[in-house]
Amino acid sequence: MSRLPTFAIGGIHPPENKITAERPIEALPPPAQLFVSVSQHIGKPAEPLVERGAAVRAGQLIARASGFVSANVHAPMAGTVKKIDSVPDASGYRRPAIVIDVAGDQEWESGIDTSPELAADITADGPGIVEAIATGGIVGAGGATFPTAVKFSIPEGRSVDTLIVNGVECEPYLTADHRLMLEEAPQLIVGTRLLMRALGVNRAIVGVENNKPDAIAHLSTTLEEAGPFPEGRIEVAALKVKYPQGGEKQLIQALTGREVPSGKLPLDVGCVVSNVSTAIAVYHAVQKGRPFVERIVTVTGKGLREGRNFRVPIGTSVQALIDAVGGVPDGTAKVVFGGPMTGKALTGFTVPITKGSGGVIFVDESEANRGHVRGCIRCSRCVTACPMGLEPYLLEKLVNAGMWDQVEREGVLDCIECGACSFSCPSNRPLLDLIRLGKAETMARRRARS
Amino acid sequence: MTQPTLVVSLPPHEASRVSVATIMWSVVIALIPALIAGFLTFGIRSLVVTLVAVAACVVTEHFVARVLLRVETTPVSDGSAVVTGMLLAFNVPAGIPLWQIIVGSVVAIGVAKMAFGGIGNNPFNPALIGRAFMLASFPVDMTTWPTPGAARLFSWSVDAVTGPTPLSLVKEGGADVIASGSLPGYWDLFVGTIGGCIGEASALAVLIGGVFLLARGFIVWQAPIFYLLGLAGVTGVFWLVDPAAYADPLYHLLAGGAMLGAWFMVTDMTTSPMSTKGKVVFAFAGGVLAAVIRLVGGFPEGVSYSILIMNAFVPVIDRHLKPRKFGYGGRS
Repeated sequence: MSRLPTFAIGGIHPPENKITAERPIEALPPPAQLFVSVSQHIGKPAEPLVERGAAVRAGQLIARASGFVSANVHAPMAGTVKKIDSVPDASGYRRPAIVIDVAGDQEWESGIDTSPELAADITADGPGIVEAIATGGIVGAGGATFPTAVKFSIPEGRSVDTLIVNGVECEPYLTADHRLMLEEAPQLIVGTRLLMRALGVNRAIVGVENNKPDAIAHLSTTLEEAGPFPEGRIEVAALKVKYPQGGEKQLIQALTGREVPSGKLPLDVGCVVSNVSTAIAVYHAVQKGRPFVERIVTVTGKGLREGRNFRVPIGTSVQALIDAVGGVPDGTAKVVFGGPMTGKALTGFTVPITKGSGGVIFVDESEANRGHVRGCIRCSRCVTACPMGLEPYLLEKLVNAGMWDQVEREGVLDCIECGACSFSCPSNRPLLDLIRLGKAETMARRRARS
Repeated sequence: MTQPTLVVSLPPHEASRVSVATIMWSVVIALIPALIAGFLTFGIRSLVVTLVAVAACVVTEHFVARVLLRVETTPVSDGSAVVTGMLLAFNVPAGIPLWQIIVGSVVAIGVAKMAFGGIGNNPFNPALIGRAFMLASFPVDMTTWPTPGAARLFSWSVDAVTGPTPLSLVKEGGADVIASGSLPGYWDLFVGTIGGCIGEASALAVLIGGVFLLARGFIVWQAPIFYLLGLAGVTGVFWLVDPAAYADPLYHLLAGGAMLGAWFMVTDMTTSPMSTKGKVVFAFAGGVLAAVIRLVGGFPEGVSYSILIMNAFVPVIDRHLKPRKFGYGGRS
């Protein structure tokens, strides 16, 4: 038995529940209305460019990035701007969103190539690629939603030698990236080459966990047929299944053995990490002039007769996705937006899909509630689980006691909020909840100090 | 379309199926082979003593939690009192008067566990505190060892003799006994036809339970192994220096409570350190202490005191031996 690489510290094995792994991506029936948020990314909200009553074409820029860390927003479908309203996001905060009544005829903005043919000839140079990424409003589609153009603008004097493409999809249930690797491998490869060129690196590694052997095999053969590439070498690396392998720092360590120092970025160890769906979005933006207007969303749950992987226009409401699968399954008591380990429990179904939303999961009554909180028995399962080598039981105690200096000294800011500690706790203690509280307080105290 | 009432909670939305009860009842299952070995060696009385200890522990915990403190934090159904009862019974001779094991159980749960706040808060292993209390209070009954033999499997009375256990043989007899070759053989020690406490009869039976816990992921291998290494190391040095006067390390590993202590008490979650590094230090130092007590201390057996002494060091170990943090250098 060969030993597959993985990250060194901690990790857990939640049940995978990849119910929809075999379901090909399908188009969602066109929704009647879209709620396109102007803050779908980390950073400043985009500034709306359209007014009430304006007719928009699909792919038309409707809100412009404001400031350095921000991203353009485009109309996912043609229609009429009904209003600019505030719409609750997955966290329950109301955010400005451009509401579009979708037109019957879908007319695309000129200059966007909507043909399915693969455009494999790369003409753009590095800065041109980064500019096209910025124009296309691409953000990290794995969930972090950091503007991709910012990530790929390497500061003067820094050097990167490896691009890592994240195809791990370690969250249970989600299969969006898995399906993309199977169905859009050629586009993924061109997207990867574009990102390599943008960074000026000659090495890229696509990391995929070993629970997706079909994706690993398919990517490898597609790469062999398409290569060699002028940009350099692209490898596919199979990884041992372990959560949270998709965490940026964990993935870098698994693939390169490099450890991103505390408080530093992947850049500091010569790496940049990008999700497979982001790489495909980059392909569309650079090669086809097509901005980030749709994404793959897994709609799934144990109670659902048929889970599906949908190609969804950004701004589609969760309700439209629910309608497409025949309603909320009986017995559902919680609906999770994103993955079950890091996603958010929805308060309502008007929440729109954004660039970072990979799944909608129906959770049955039997699993929706947290278990009774019991006393800590010092079993050390949280310590063993933590991929950052922290001691969640201790952080919980220190936060409860308000011992903020010690909370900071114990490395609370290193927490990546993967949830492995809370998952592991046999006493159902709210470890991550309190650690997040500790992080917020520590950040506030740091700001106050400086 | 009406929206169902939704549960809203923070992530993660998945939880492992392992609960405190899962862990504790797994320990109970892991103790069954040793119980069977005790029964085969010492007869029906060993089962009765164990049942009485378990019942006394459960009743004490229930009484303290519900009647005295009126708290809900310690549900008796989590099985931890059952584990304490079994471990306490495994640490006494089968011939112990039943009222004494009841007193031991009340001390174990009432004083060593509930007085500190119940499950998870006790600094010392409750079963070992109960045993230490009994050894101090009832020194004669606690060291009156029934002669092993399958013949009296269902007989209530045990042929109790004062001494010897395999360890007291080498402690008191010294060089003469070792030279005479009258010590029990390794095979007897391993499968269990020797005198001693109920749970010490068979190293093999304890090992089966330990390996079960290891496979379930509830203990780490480092804890028992480093304890046994510490014990074997020190006894090995003495044996190498003077093989005529000291028993060899294998004898020390198989005789007495070493296996039971290593697999079920050094590994106790609440009273051992949190990091694996800490567990290694805790276990190794415990093994060394046990050997020192056995060889140069006042008692023939040192396992329970070695673990109790190390329990006291757990907060210090936890403070200084932390897991390796990601992103601060150091090896994996």
